[in-house]
Amino acid sequence: MTQSSEPKTVESGRNVSLDIRHIILTNGVPILFLALSITMALVAGLNFTFLLNEVITRLARNSLLVLSLLIPVTAGMGLNFGIVIGAMAGQASVIAVTYWGITGVRGFLLACLLSTPLAAITGWLAGLVLNRAKGREMITSMILGFFANGIYQLIFLFLVGPIIPLKSAAMLLPQGIGVRNTVDLINIAQSLDKIWRPVIGGVRIPVVTLLISFGMCVIIAFLMKTKMGQNLRAVGQDMNIAEVMGIKVDKTRIIAMILSTVIAGWGQLIFLQNIGTLNTYNSHEQVGMFSIAALLVGGASTRRATIFQAVAGVILFHTLFVVSPLAGQRLFGVPQIGEYFRVFVAYGIIAVALALHAWQGRQVRREAIREAMLTE
Amino acid sequence: MAHRLRQTVEHIGVPRLMIAGFLVIIFVIAYLTDMSVPQLITDSLVRVGMNGILVLAMVPTISCGVGLNFGLPLGVLSGLVGALISMEMGLAGFAGLLAAIAFAVPIAVVVGYLYALLLESVKGQEMMVGTYVGFSTVAVMCVFWLMAPFKNPELIWAIGGKGLRFTLTLGNHFGKVLNNFAVFQLFGVKISAGLMGFFLLFCLLIYLFYRTKVGIAMLAAGANPVFARSAGIEVRRMKAVGVVLSTVLAAIGIIVYAQSYGFLQLYMAPLMMAFPAVAAILIGGASLQRATIFNVIIGTVLFQTLLTTALPVTSRVIQGDISEVARLIISNGMILYALTRSTGGK
Repeated sequence: MTQSSEPKTVESGRNVSLDIRHIILTNGVPILFLALSITMALVAGLNFTFLLNEVITRLARNSLLVLSLLIPVTAGMGLNFGIVIGAMAGQASVIAVTYWGITGVRGFLLACLLSTPLAAITGWLAGLVLNRAKGREMITSMILGFFANGIYQLIFLFLVGPIIPLKSAAMLLPQGIGVRNTVDLINIAQSLDKIWRPVIGGVRIPVVTLLISFGMCVIIAFLMKTKMGQNLRAVGQDMNIAEVMGIKVDKTRIIAMILSTVIAGWGQLIFLQNIGTLNTYNSHEQVGMFSIAALLVGGASTRRATIFQAVAGVILFHTLFVVSPLAGQRLFGVPQIGEYFRVFVAYGIIAVALALHAWQGRQVRREAIREAMLTE
Repeated sequence: MAHRLRQTVEHIGVPRLMIAGFLVIIFVIAYLTDMSVPQLITDSLVRVGMNGILVLAMVPTISCGVGLNFGLPLGVLSGLVGALISMEMGLAGFAGLLAAIAFAVPIAVVVGYLYALLLESVKGQEMMVGTYVGFSTVAVMCVFWLMAPFKNPELIWAIGGKGLRFTLTLGNHFGKVLNNFAVFQLFGVKISAGLMGFFLLFCLLIYLFYRTKVGIAMLAAGANPVFARSAGIEVRRMKAVGVVLSTVLAAIGIIVYAQSYGFLQLYMAPLMMAFPAVAAILIGGASLQRATIFNVIIGTVLFQTLLTTALPVTSRVIQGDISEVARLIISNGMILYALTRSTGGK
């Protein structure tokens, strides 16, 4: 008992230093990117209305994809690079709906309906795999995305035509096997955005799409308050303790993956209806990386991510996305420099966030060991 | 009998048996459709020699306890810079090749050491951090290629006179010097003693390295850090040696790769370089904790032969190029298998 005073001071000391680090970590990144975006926007000499238009469009287009990352983070599974699997489910549905020629909002909703079971099944499978790779979820989910991409290509390049009946010369490659590299989504293009798109001060606002993203924020916030949300958090904190508490850890983790994959599927559909064309073999590839980078720019870490960070991240990351090629053009006379800088930002922010997270985790563990030794 | 059969299967490993079986099928189809089997083997051997050292680069990081080196692009980029300096100086033939290696190695040592320092501070997440450090460095180097002060008109864009080209032809430099050195025929199979010899020489060097005091200490540090520390081995230093060695091998590996390919690919080309190498060594039977030279040779031979023969043979049966898809599924499936199977690790 007499010894207990010492560890306590160690603990409070650690908490203070952690708090400061925590504040810097959670807010430093968004502040840095805000400053970077403003500087670059000034350098590029951009029209403010143009920038606002772009950012609002991209906010509507990308929010749902970024939101799909939140649940696995809460469940302690890190950043789910596997959301590309959900995106693939969305794309498969959109190809079917385009083939059937169902147009407008009806087509979009049908695609959502189709994508849900596809994403749920693939998400369940992904969850099974990740449960066998505890502690290595992120790298495993990334490789899982690449693997799924192979299966996706196998299906859409070789099985569509001879095995999966899709008889449309416009959609198939010239030899009649495999889907074309680009599919025109004219039937559902902008179907959601143009329901109600008022222009306020020169800025076009796709109200319905934004409302859907907002609705998803509310649903996720509500989910976190339920028993399910508590279980997710408990598993995220410590799997062993959660197990002792009677929570089915593996099942909870699988549910987190299913939810994430399903939301990502819908997110990709919103993305595609805004873009209006499907790059059959590329549209999904960058989804994981860009969404994760956006979330991290918003100040999230691999263990903690909030809805606010997701939204702020999308705004900041995409502002940078719009301005950096133009700034590169102005500063160096070479637009490619801005282009590559943009790629670097996406990769670099993920690298830094992962490194900081791993480093932080080690510091905490080291403190815990020191504490344990002191109490002994 | 059944028991012994199962033992044999377990010893060789299911993935290897599957891929070997697949290869047998491919060669049978090739033979039946009147394709030149010796030609297929010739092409496969070239690909083995071309990729071998990049796969070998995985051994030091696995054996020192860091795991698969997904940060391989760092070494690759060092190698590219070395090759560019050699080309800028207008060196050709073996002089060009050796100069490229000589310039690349010191760069790789420095880069590898810095990378090792970073990995030391992110213990447990080396693979994920390595992947993204590799990716972001590739992007930074894209800016570097655009701005780099190279003057040789063969290297830079004809228009504007600034910035390196996407793909550089090595014909006038050190292209194919190893491939065309001491080529002989055996049962209709052309074998380049230069290329294969170079790969096997490095295998031998690494094999010998693990017989030295430092090599044995590194193995001990990787297998059981606590025990190694109590035996007076500086685990941290051993890990640094492993990472540096891997980066240097990657730098040499890409130079050999480029000379065999005949082109030096810059910009985003090195981005995914780590994955085929990782897949190859895992196919060879390595785990996240253990890898041998034998795994490297078997893995490279199986994986590269599969990739080389899959395209010409399957195109006789199936329309379209299925080899790229097969590569994606097999290589990533193999990595997944290793990630989900191995125990331990953080």
